[in-house]
Amino acid sequence: MFGEMIRQKQFGVSIAVFVLLLLVPLFLPRFYIYFLAVIYLTALLAMSLNLCVGHGMLFQFHHGVFYGVGAYTAGLLLAKTSVPWWIAFMAGPLAAAFAGLLIGIFCIRLNRLYFGMLQISLGSLIWAIAFRWYGLTGGDDGIHGIPIPDFIASTTSSYYFVLVVMGICLILLYLILKSPFGSTLQAIRDNPERCAAVGINVRRHQLMTIIIATFFGGAAGVLFVIVEGSIFPDLLFWVLSLEIFIMCLLGGWFTFAGPILGAAIIVSLRTFVGAYTEYWTLILGVILILLIFFMPEGIMGYNYRQLFRSRTKYASQIQME
Amino acid sequence: MEGGQAITLAALSITFLVGLSRAMILFIVTSGLSFVLGVLRVPNVAHGSLYMIGAFAAYSISTLFGGGSVGFWLALILAPLVVALVSLVAERSLFCRLYQREHLMLLLFTFALMLILGDLTKMVWGADYRSIMPPRILQGSVSVLGSPLPKYNLFLLIIGPWVAIGLWLFSTKTKMGKIARAAAVDMEMVGAIGINVSWVFAFAFVLGCLLAGLGGALVSPTISVTLGMDHDIIIEAFLIVTIGGLGNMWGAMVGSLIFGITQSFGVLFWPQFAIVFPYLAVVIILTLKPTGMLKSVW
Repeated sequence: MFGEMIRQKQFGVSIAVFVLLLLVPLFLPRFYIYFLAVIYLTALLAMSLNLCVGHGMLFQFHHGVFYGVGAYTAGLLLAKTSVPWWIAFMAGPLAAAFAGLLIGIFCIRLNRLYFGMLQISLGSLIWAIAFRWYGLTGGDDGIHGIPIPDFIASTTSSYYFVLVVMGICLILLYLILKSPFGSTLQAIRDNPERCAAVGINVRRHQLMTIIIATFFGGAAGVLFVIVEGSIFPDLLFWVLSLEIFIMCLLGGWFTFAGPILGAAIIVSLRTFVGAYTEYWTLILGVILILLIFFMPEGIMGYNYRQLFRSRTKYASQIQME
Repeated sequence: MEGGQAITLAALSITFLVGLSRAMILFIVTSGLSFVLGVLRVPNVAHGSLYMIGAFAAYSISTLFGGGSVGFWLALILAPLVVALVSLVAERSLFCRLYQREHLMLLLFTFALMLILGDLTKMVWGADYRSIMPPRILQGSVSVLGSPLPKYNLFLLIIGPWVAIGLWLFSTKTKMGKIARAAAVDMEMVGAIGINVSWVFAFAFVLGCLLAGLGGALVSPTISVTLGMDHDIIIEAFLIVTIGGLGNMWGAMVGSLIFGITQSFGVLFWPQFAIVFPYLAVVIILTLKPTGMLKSVW
């Protein structure tokens, strides 16, 4: 499986890009290094969501909650206890996966859109708790100035840390998708009835997908704490979840790397356009409407169709879904 | 009990009645959501935004007419119509072009509408808190077992059942209501017998949004009208629809009652985390019956 990955043409390209990104901090000013790190961790977040949305057809509308749970767990452990940093970092993804399991058990019983509805509601409960529990979470102020271990405290070192962790996570996600589990997942997406008929436990696979996706979402949350050094309830708010969903759609949710592109675009827009206006969600809404009407498969999906005319079957399959 | 306050029968009954009146608001909003769900089969995420616009419009209309009783009653009638107009424009200009597409796109459109309407509300009304006085006849309170219950809550308790009865009569006795119910069951067949399905959808969508606006106008004297009330209500409405049974109007009623009353008792027992109680009720119900308490239309 690993060997197959290395033989792929894209793998060489990815390694080249990775090396290039390792060299980038030597040339860029500090703000841009920070900005790139935010893009990487957001890309990881979007990729983890896309495991559910694009590959599993599970409408995980409140993925931001798991990102927030990861960030809050790691942040609170670092700020309020004296546990070693690596325990705090590991606890984030694990707590997120556990939350994913709890919410998933309830949501998985409903199909498609109602799955998403219930998830928004249950996820909002976690947001409400984080928002109101002043004693522990600092309420709507959040906690700022979380002590980050020295070796990743500077902008450049945190950049490298985020880049390496994201790289490892992407390889893991890729391997998961290429594994028998990943193939089963995509088969369930395309035809759940037939999969159930041949003896696949559809719900268990979907629940497993949610747990894996929320684990990586939590990992992205930990990376956020490392880069920003703060936590606040907006991380758990569902407008953020929607933003992540739009990243997947924008980049191309039936492609592996699409969400990375989507994350890069949305984070750039938020940083550079959002700074000039208080109406960022209006812009987000307009982007979403344009996507729905003109490019429902996202940028990468669109290019796939343009580049590989022979794959029009692929595109028509999407239309049918 | 905190503060050493004894829980008397009077306090319990007031809590119950306040919860009941909250449930009436929730029912009016949720029945609209449920109606759209039943016919279009799409959870309208923008429903909460329309509720918020209803409340803001009620504020503007009532201040326009001097803030007195006349202004309030006019606001109660006109604000839902404003909301209906907004939803009609959104539906006819954009939403109706998506009916042939898969459901996810419809849902995402309502998401986009929520984002856009939220910011438009901010542009028009700003981020300030607004409040509306109820008309003189509904100010003050009545005594229930020796404790005061605001008259306005009593008014809500009277209005709620009438909306339910009106909706029930509409959907069972009128031709339009019957068509809408038929469309909920079998869309192709309704189209096949020569009814313009697109307009049935438009009608259902606008009626649902009208109810959201009515809920917003009705709630405006009891809370401070502000941005962010759209998020709160839509999440509650989703839960209510899920536990009640998707698309079932009586399910919306049962769900609202459970939600409103548990919330109100939550405030009595543990104010800081009152929000947890309705969620607990939801989790218990969904564990026992994942498809909701009453039969869903699917």
